[in-house]
Amino acid sequence: MGSITLEHVNKTFGGHPVIPDVSLEIEDGEFVVFVGPSGCGKSTLLRLIAGLEDTTSGAIKLDGVDVTDKGPAHRGLAMVFQSYALYPHMTVRQNIAFPLKMANIDKAIAEQKVADAARVLNLTDYLDRKPRALSGGQRQRVAIGRAIVRQPKAFLFDEPLSNLDAALRVNMRIEITELHQQLKTTMVYVTHDQVEAMTMANRIVVLNAGRVEQFGTPLELYKSPANRFVAGFIGSPKMNFLEGAAAGKYQAEAIGVRPEHVRISRDAGEWQGKVGVAEHLGSDTFLHVHVDGVGLQTVRTGGENDYHPGEQVWLSPEPGRIYRFDRAGQALR
Amino acid sequence: MARAVSTRRKLTMTILVWLVALIVFFPILYTIITSLKTEGEAAAGFSMLPSFTFESYAAVLDQQDYFRPFFNSVVISIGSTIVALLIAVPAAWAMAFTPTPKTRDVLMWMLSTKMMPAAGVLVPMYLIFLNTGLLDTLLGLTIILTLVNLPIVVWMLYTYFKEIPVDILEAARMDGATLGKELVYVLLPMAVPGIASTLLLNVILAWNEAFWTLRLSTDDAAPLTAFIASFSSPQGQFLAKLSAASVLAILPILLLGWFSQKQLVRGLTFGAVK
Repeated sequence: MGSITLEHVNKTFGGHPVIPDVSLEIEDGEFVVFVGPSGCGKSTLLRLIAGLEDTTSGAIKLDGVDVTDKGPAHRGLAMVFQSYALYPHMTVRQNIAFPLKMANIDKAIAEQKVADAARVLNLTDYLDRKPRALSGGQRQRVAIGRAIVRQPKAFLFDEPLSNLDAALRVNMRIEITELHQQLKTTMVYVTHDQVEAMTMANRIVVLNAGRVEQFGTPLELYKSPANRFVAGFIGSPKMNFLEGAAAGKYQAEAIGVRPEHVRISRDAGEWQGKVGVAEHLGSDTFLHVHVDGVGLQTVRTGGENDYHPGEQVWLSPEPGRIYRFDRAGQALR
Repeated sequence: MARAVSTRRKLTMTILVWLVALIVFFPILYTIITSLKTEGEAAAGFSMLPSFTFESYAAVLDQQDYFRPFFNSVVISIGSTIVALLIAVPAAWAMAFTPTPKTRDVLMWMLSTKMMPAAGVLVPMYLIFLNTGLLDTLLGLTIILTLVNLPIVVWMLYTYFKEIPVDILEAARMDGATLGKELVYVLLPMAVPGIASTLLLNVILAWNEAFWTLRLSTDDAAPLTAFIASFSSPQGQFLAKLSAASVLAILPILLLGWFSQKQLVRGLTFGAVK
């Protein structure tokens, strides 16, 4: 079991509220991702759950039991750090076995558990090496191994892939997702990368300035963002926003259209503009179009198209794919 | 061309470094040379050529018991270092990993006690030692050397501990380590180079400390600093004997420093080069 409940959690650093008031209900076995720009408080929130920071007020419950005043050693959670945080003076075997040693688990059982974890994570051949003799990906696996041997109530991941190169990051993303499917243990994962959030999560918490902007499944966030912040943060490339007369036509202060929902034509459309930069990704092309009186808009088109920089084009939003926002940035339905 | 320039540069640097090393080492070298001269040669003025006689050493060892002050020096320098480390490790840990807004001030305050002239507190300290029966005891000298060197030990350990990523200690806490286990299994093994060099440096500082050891000991607890001093005051003109006594006093610590220089350098540059 590993449900996590946050009730009006508040964290203040030196009089400055970093987390003003957060309440969340994470269910047992869920993969929840905290996402948001840097400094939004997502890592602080994770550290509060871990017990590495004290809450200023509010309560944190694990399986319904209040653990707010318990230290990290007594919460039964495991954490994987961005820097891996391996013990440099210990071998891989000793690193993975460390939580078992701290729990005074019988040596023979501990050895078996380490061997099992090493097999799952393809680390069997590296058990006697020191962390410095491993690659970044292998180090991250050791950190995960150290977390899984103890069978914690939940796993906490603090931007675990940000130190890896792009290709390895994609592999590890899949490995962690598979691990979740295999273990079915609650995972809370912090990242600033919305692609990671969208691809891995059962549910996503979008944070901004310590506030929960929205909590929902990846598709809920994509299809019905609660506000302009979530609309702009989720989706790649970013949603286009238009204000003024273009928005007024739709009875809104601002409207948003995703690049994949903009149609481009040489003959007719709603907004006229000139193609600026074209980014060719092979499967897709992102055209950055300067629209008169509105500004730069991004259009996602097929990989093979013949639009050239400098060309005059017309853009129109797909019907029913326009997001409307009021003055406060809240979505109008 | 570039290679020629770099070779010349290297040569210049090498000569310069040797020169500086020689200047720094010269007083010790000249003391060794003088100790190998006769009293006549030593009094005759500057000369780098001794007659390689050991008569001064024989005379010094004949006149004074060497092993008792040697033993005293070992006890007080090692004893004070151990006590200082026992106090400084938790103190430096607390300041490095759970700093408060006043931590910097506390560190500066501790260091500032080293800036105060020791003579300023000589009389009260002497009276305290006299009244508590600590005067001329190994315990008393161990206490005073611990106090004198504690700020430096705390500062050094604090600097080393600051280099240890806090993530690793937090990982240990997440892995179920209590405070004591975190210190024993994670922090201390990682800080070994730093602790070892602090230990060595403190032993050296304690061994060489003369102001307090000379004033708070007379006979029973007198260390090697007093051994040297005993050849300087009543027999000031006997330079060869004084030099021989000095060499005997510094020899153990010189050897310790020589054999542990790798550890010392590693410790003193800890964290500077990754």
